[in-house]
Amino acid sequence: MKRLPSSVLPWLLLSPAMVLLIAFTHYPALATLWHSFFSTPKGARPAVFVGLENYRLMVDDPVFWQALCNNLWFALGTIPLAIALAILMALWVNEKLAGRGVLRLAYFTPTVLPMIAVANIWLFFYTPQYGLLEQITGALGLPSHNWLGNPQTVLGALMVVAVWKEAGFFMIFYLAALQQISPVLAEAAALEGASRWQYFWRVQFPLLMPTTLFVLINALINAFRLVDHIVVMTKGGPDNASSLLLYYIYEVGFAFWDSSYAAALTVVLLALLGLIALVKFRVLDRRTHYQ
Amino acid sequence: MIAPTSPFAERHRMLETVSAWVLALLWLLPLLYALWTAFHPAAFATRFTLDAPPTLQNFVNAWQAAPFPRYFLNTFLLVTMILAAQLVLATLAAYAFARFTFRGSNVMFMLVLLQLMVMPDILIVENYQTMNLLGLRDTILSIGLPYFASAFGIFLLRQTFKTVPRELDEAATVEGASAWQILMQVYVPLARPIYIAFGLVSVSTHWNNFLWPLIVTNSVESRPLTVGLQVFSSTDQGVDWSIITAATLMTSAPLLLAFLLFQRQFVQSFMRAGIR
Repeated sequence: MKRLPSSVLPWLLLSPAMVLLIAFTHYPALATLWHSFFSTPKGARPAVFVGLENYRLMVDDPVFWQALCNNLWFALGTIPLAIALAILMALWVNEKLAGRGVLRLAYFTPTVLPMIAVANIWLFFYTPQYGLLEQITGALGLPSHNWLGNPQTVLGALMVVAVWKEAGFFMIFYLAALQQISPVLAEAAALEGASRWQYFWRVQFPLLMPTTLFVLINALINAFRLVDHIVVMTKGGPDNASSLLLYYIYEVGFAFWDSSYAAALTVVLLALLGLIALVKFRVLDRRTHYQ
Repeated sequence: MIAPTSPFAERHRMLETVSAWVLALLWLLPLLYALWTAFHPAAFATRFTLDAPPTLQNFVNAWQAAPFPRYFLNTFLLVTMILAAQLVLATLAAYAFARFTFRGSNVMFMLVLLQLMVMPDILIVENYQTMNLLGLRDTILSIGLPYFASAFGIFLLRQTFKTVPRELDEAATVEGASAWQILMQVYVPLARPIYIAFGLVSVSTHWNNFLWPLIVTNSVESRPLTVGLQVFSSTDQGVDWSIITAATLMTSAPLLLAFLLFQRQFVQSFMRAGIR
């Protein structure tokens, strides 16, 4: 490098960001693992090494398993639906239907709003007897139902909120990808007598695959990272039926103040995200081979 | 009429337009509902009649019932502080990665990328301990600090800086420009659209952030809007939905207005930031 012989300069440039990254990302990740092998210090009693005790506790903790299962169902229930809707929205907005500007605005607006504000609005929407949903079902002559108060329906009700919030966000990426597809392809397909349906499944959908993978990874991370709506709408209840992993960590760490058990739970969450990262890098590798 | 752009048969166009609009209405329904409730007296919160008198009283009541001006100020300070720190730190780091070859640069870059997966959002337990240790708990600084170094920002700017032609850089060096001058006069101006994109994404992310500020703050002086709203609506307001909805709309209004005004930039920014 003859432009800048100094080898110190890049490190100087890098160090402020690196120090903060290490302090608030790398160190806490490692410290979490370390502290998960100790007991929680209480009053005068300092933390003692307990080995795998916290993990043994976790295996026997039904709430942990429920939160984990809920989280998996939550991901499974929201992601495919959000992606399907996002593709549909993008196709419509891309197609210059009448009033597409308004359509795009309508689809995208939930993305800009704070999740906590959105959760408040939906909480009202779901309110028994009083809320809009009850009024609609009441007008249709259906029996009254407490959507958030029933363990059977609470997770589904929260999934609707997540899909509503995220579909418009994913739409943007599909819209960008659709605009990259050459119109020549559509003309050629039409000349060959392909239907719109065939054109979508044989041409557009395969070409959107990289976008779908990208969106899928992001959606997965979000499913494990976003719990704002749980705090506002259900606090994990009733009976932990809507508790997600991060919410349970929050509860254990800051309501029960059991920081070492919360650390052990965080390790599980980190492992899950690590798994996603592994898949991501393998998938992205394959994707670069394609191009 | 809009000229047909699709080469396919137009048989279903009408049906598609109608479905698209139905979905859009469905999507806007919760918001329209909130607007109705917030702008009408409580008696009409769930009664939809044309003679319902519009009112701003709910907003007045909400504004007076909690220290919202302070919350607005806190959030404003928070997002400004985070954005400023992120821009400076990410620019410097991205410059180092994009234009210098040094030992360990790959390892360092991997360490940066790790934050895309292991976000401070989930390391709440340990970061809380750290803030305690630093004596920063319950300050606006403590909400922002974990987000100052943004892997996302570093990555985005590094990719952009790498597309700057080397010739520009070399020409400037020949003319005797220092590394600092090259950064400020060549790289930064060329990356302007990326800065705007990153800025919009950052501001809306941190305006909306909730869980970490909820944990680390517990006073009016440091609470951002999101936490303030939650405290306001969960402490017994006698569950007056009209006031809660008014407060909810109030706290999202600046972002929503900015979005409506700069719709195109917002959409493009999110697009640019996501595609990488």
